[in-house]
Amino acid sequence: MATDAPVRPWRRNPSLLSGAVILGLLVVVALVAPPLLSGSAETLTDDARLGPGAEHLLGTDAFGRDVLARALVATRLTLLMAAAATAASFVVGVAIGALVHLAPGWLRETCLRLIDSAVAFPSLVLALVIAAVLGPGTGSAIVAIAVAGVPGFARLTANLAATVADKDYVLTARLLGVPGLRILGRHVLPNISGPLLVLLSSSFTLSLLDISSLSFVGLGVQSPQYDWGRLLNEALPSIFAQPSVVLAPSIMLIVTGVGAMLLGDGVASLVDPRTRGTAPAPAKTADAAGQAAQAKATRAPQASGGAGAAPGTEPDGLLTVAGLTVRADDRTLVDDVSFTIGAGQIVGLVGESGSGKSTIAMAVAGLLPEGVRTNASHLALGDLDLLGTPPERRLATEIGIVYQDPIGTFNPALRLGTQLTEVARVHLGTPRRRAAQDMVRALADIHVTEPDRRLRQHPHELSGGMLQRASIASAMTTNPRLLIADEPTTALDVTVQAEVLRQFRRINREHGTAMLFISHDIGVVGVLCDTVLVLHGGRVVDRTTGGDLRRGTVTHPYTRALLAATPAAVEAGGTLSAVRWTADAHAAQPSGAPPDDLSDDLSDKAADRPPAAEGSR
Amino acid sequence: MSASASAPDPQAATPLLRVEDLTVELGHGTAARRVLKGISFDIPRGSTLALVGESGSGKTTLARTLVGVHRPSSGRILVDGVPLRPSRGRAGAATVQMIPQDPYSSFDPRRTVAQSLAEALDPIRARVRPARIRIAELLSQVSLDPGTMDRYPHEFSGGQRQRLAIARALAPRPRFVIADEITSALDLTTQAEILNLLADLRRRLSLTMLFISHDLAVVRHVSDTVAVLLHGNLVELGPTGATFAEPNHPYTAQLLASVPGDPRFRLDDEPATA
Repeated sequence: MATDAPVRPWRRNPSLLSGAVILGLLVVVALVAPPLLSGSAETLTDDARLGPGAEHLLGTDAFGRDVLARALVATRLTLLMAAAATAASFVVGVAIGALVHLAPGWLRETCLRLIDSAVAFPSLVLALVIAAVLGPGTGSAIVAIAVAGVPGFARLTANLAATVADKDYVLTARLLGVPGLRILGRHVLPNISGPLLVLLSSSFTLSLLDISSLSFVGLGVQSPQYDWGRLLNEALPSIFAQPSVVLAPSIMLIVTGVGAMLLGDGVASLVDPRTRGTAPAPAKTADAAGQAAQAKATRAPQASGGAGAAPGTEPDGLLTVAGLTVRADDRTLVDDVSFTIGAGQIVGLVGESGSGKSTIAMAVAGLLPEGVRTNASHLALGDLDLLGTPPERRLATEIGIVYQDPIGTFNPALRLGTQLTEVARVHLGTPRRRAAQDMVRALADIHVTEPDRRLRQHPHELSGGMLQRASIASAMTTNPRLLIADEPTTALDVTVQAEVLRQFRRINREHGTAMLFISHDIGVVGVLCDTVLVLHGGRVVDRTTGGDLRRGTVTHPYTRALLAATPAAVEAGGTLSAVRWTADAHAAQPSGAPPDDLSDDLSDKAADRPPAAEGSR
Repeated sequence: MSASASAPDPQAATPLLRVEDLTVELGHGTAARRVLKGISFDIPRGSTLALVGESGSGKTTLARTLVGVHRPSSGRILVDGVPLRPSRGRAGAATVQMIPQDPYSSFDPRRTVAQSLAEALDPIRARVRPARIRIAELLSQVSLDPGTMDRYPHEFSGGQRQRLAIARALAPRPRFVIADEITSALDLTTQAEILNLLADLRRRLSLTMLFISHDLAVVRHVSDTVAVLLHGNLVELGPTGATFAEPNHPYTAQLLASVPGDPRFRLDDEPATA
């Protein structure tokens, strides 16, 4: 995140730079070439059909005119025609798309279908027809290409506008009383300008090629005028005798196209403030209490990385994690975390977003993405070493995983039966029918209604709570030694959450399954877990028990701050603590009282008092 | 808590917002579903009604009906005794404002904070320069540094954006504010900050608010009265404290007993409902 001072956009944006340089040079050529070179480009001489040489770099044509000079002089007309055609299709297309977006429902649908069919029609064919109807000439070529480009802009504008119109900020603007056309100009068009600019640049390239094609087939520019297409047309009869004549206009076409594309990409990333590269300075609130707590924490005496010093390893630990460190690029996601889970124990990891709790779970399951480096002095499930590459079959059968989002866990295209029995069929070799019978029993156990029918259903036909139960049942099919649950109830309604939590407790009691339970909700962790690790900034800052959390008898200042911020744990009408706590200087304190000055500070500065700002009414 | 309760207000008799027998259907023809089924409630001036319900209960539909996105198929919405018309423009903006749920999609990413707030102050021209002082006031009202007004939304954290959303909703000085699940996307500490800010604003500005949430524990901290929605029916309506202590409807009791940390929460007994 932290970048240095704002850099000039040019340097951060090589495609903008190179595109601008190429097009800039072409514009200079278009301005300078006609007055300087039209003599050698248009004067008929006797030096016809000369090969490349010192006098004429690319030779001369049938009438003794310099080929290179003609290509350079033609730049002006070609660029002007392509720019005019593109500008016309852009303006007309965006206007049509925007108006269609504002139109009432049925009219909008009709127009969209019309635009779709226009897009499906090949634009060059359309242009050829229009040019043929209008008769050959420079003007008719521009009109033909412009009309052919309109549907593309119209459709992109209408489609993009529809996606932006769903955003909350458009709804809010409407609520604030901003009229429709102003919403369009102020919110919708700016937010779709990136893709439109990219389309503008690619459309310019296409117009360039299409206009050249029209001239090439004789429907565009007519003699004695000439553009690159016309030059290609004139060079065609002698292409075998004198190939260099084709070279100049072809290279000019390619260079112009590439330049326009590069410029389009560069401009698109330039206009978006999110990629513009402003330094994301912390726009911190007037959070005096937080600052104070942070300052105190930094001064606190326990400044040592002592988490690894006392891992509290139990001899009969099922899962042993010692000195686990996870790094991505130069950031440390998990810093020297150690804990053990005994057989039949439920260990909770609790912390706010970014505390590293999910990363720890994924490191244990061996599911961290590429490019993330894991180090640990010891990481093992019983006799299974989880460092390095453990056998896939054992990993799949001994660790069960339940994810946060039950809807995202399942493939929407497949029936549940196929997905739920996959582990049993693939890793245990259970026959399909027996696997299905087992799954029906498992689903019934976990209070899934109508388990037979569920196996034939698709995921979208089940509620979130039912799906989450199904994924728990699926994770339990192999009777794993360890069940990892990553925020399994966060996406669920509160009554459903209570039901699912009861199922975790029942499985733990009946099967003796050890669990690593991850949650941001300190209440959930408190009711379910035996041992709770409180994480902050990738470190374990406190080790406590579910009972202590329930009773509120925790000692560590950060855990106390979390409890004090929990609405359910604070009396109604009481002020919630909103202290920002920084653990940079704090390592784990397995036991022992927190420093007195810090705890006092938390209790009396807990309120997030805004500065005395006068009321506005 | 409510400021108007003690003051001799001539309009105290009429509640600021009155919803009478409101029914809303979404969809057309055979696909039409009745999402809200004849619900009625009042919100007195200066007080906060919390609307609680699980997903699919119709909370968000109610909010969107109150701001004019959906039309009621029957029933009335009265503001100060006058039927609420789905008016656009400044009059509508000064009646009701909404703080949306998702702090990440509620700001135009291409406009600075000052530009977004200027639009709330002057929807037509949205000019920043004449409004800078007022924008600074709005920002400090929600404990944000006014010096940050020229930044873009992506430079703010989720909690800070939610403060900005509150500031924007208060800018047109609406008669009542709807807060739709405004803390559900936030971390615990950030949620606490926002709830404290709301409590403070309620005290200082005597806001009239409809606070929508699925989280009973949150609701307890911000509301005077609480209403519970179940499948489009209003099953419970009463003062927050009394309702939490002694719920009338079994569903409310079940909701309360489902909150981990509530003394009624039991993990080991199988509940009566499947």
